[in-house]
Amino acid sequence: MSNKEKYDQAFIESFSVSPEDLNENLKYQSVPEWDSVGHMGMIAALEDAFDIMMETEDIIDFSSYTVGMEIMKKYEVEV
Amino acid sequence: MSDEKTQTTLMDWPTFGLGCEEKQNFFLPEMRRLTAHHMSACAPYADIIKKFGYDTDNIETLPDIPFLPVRLFKQQRLLSVPDAEVVKTMTSSGTSGQSPSQIFLDKTTSSLQVKVLSRIMTDFIGPKRLPLLVIDCEATVANRKRFSARTAGILGFSMFGRNVTYALDDDMSLNTERVQAFLDKHKDQDILVFGFTYIVWLHFVKALEQSGRTLDVNKGVLIHGGGWKQLADQAISTTEYKDRIANVCGMTRLHNYYGMVEQTGSIFMECEHGHLHASAWSDIVIRDPIDFSPLSVGESGLIELLSVLPHSYPGHALLSEDMGTILGHDDCACGRKGVYFEVKGRLEQAEVRGCSDTYSR
Repeated sequence: MSNKEKYDQAFIESFSVSPEDLNENLKYQSVPEWDSVGHMGMIAALEDAFDIMMETEDIIDFSSYTVGMEIMKKYEVEV
Repeated sequence: MSDEKTQTTLMDWPTFGLGCEEKQNFFLPEMRRLTAHHMSACAPYADIIKKFGYDTDNIETLPDIPFLPVRLFKQQRLLSVPDAEVVKTMTSSGTSGQSPSQIFLDKTTSSLQVKVLSRIMTDFIGPKRLPLLVIDCEATVANRKRFSARTAGILGFSMFGRNVTYALDDDMSLNTERVQAFLDKHKDQDILVFGFTYIVWLHFVKALEQSGRTLDVNKGVLIHGGGWKQLADQAISTTEYKDRIANVCGMTRLHNYYGMVEQTGSIFMECEHGHLHASAWSDIVIRDPIDFSPLSVGESGLIELLSVLPHSYPGHALLSEDMGTILGHDDCACGRKGVYFEVKGRLEQAEVRGCSDTYSR
């Protein structure tokens, strides 16, 4: 799986969204599943997929599908 | 000032680095701004403030800020944003015969809560996320729409952990095998342990004592909160609490926190010297329980909690039903600036609430 596929997979599985929902409009609280519980689930999925450990501040700043891609760069993951 | 700009500015404040005098240059103007905001955005709040005859144009000191009794949030629906902007409703789980508080959060408030809590926690445990053992059951976080104080506490603190593991089964019994497996997995590492004071006592300490088992959690840091009421009723002192935790699991690093669901985020943490500290984003005033006049250092009275976080509801200055005493300003041996204090329990005849109400049986 490419990084992009792994990244997308974390969102699809955590928030029960379809691939066409994966764009700049997918944000924290834009779908019911992306609440604080879902957020931590998605973070855990990304951490497992890329074998990284994110800092608390980055978890807080991870406010959308698009913003997340920038944050992943910090962990040397190019999506 | 736009919300976004306010947020950025607020987050520049040093967590425990502001001396009381200097702090007033930051904290007081923001509290004035919030008072004006709630006056114009929340009609019932403005009514109450006017009825009590507060002079909101001349707020010179912290005690001048109009305060609400925290109980009011049980009786009235108070919000300062349109309903459509509410993203989360928090409740204190009222026990039988009590109605729960309702707190309405918008994105700004909710985001500030998380950021401020993160700054405070970082000061105590460092920026690294530690393996987290929650002394509670997973069922507590099952309801995602309505947040009890317990749910909010567990979820809020989960962000500072990884490999989050629940020590209790859904019937609140301690699963020692699961805890042991967690401890084996994170051997020789610092771990974070989170739980409500009373639940830790009843379902961890006493459960271990009764089973005759011990666990080795000497690398653990326990963050616990939620009030002492139920423990005080059983005549358990803080010293005994600490001693008996150390006996069953070897854990000696404990930080109690004080706070209320009405001001989630800006909690007051107990330092290494046993004192509760206000961060840059919160403060306290001690008031005479009879005439509500502000009291001085060393005098015991009702604790008023101040926080710059509540934007979506008028909860920035709330009078609790807890008794406490300011111990000093800026000179605690731990080095943290600002006010430090102790909580002495609840006003007689006050209803059971706050933390201890997170769990009643």
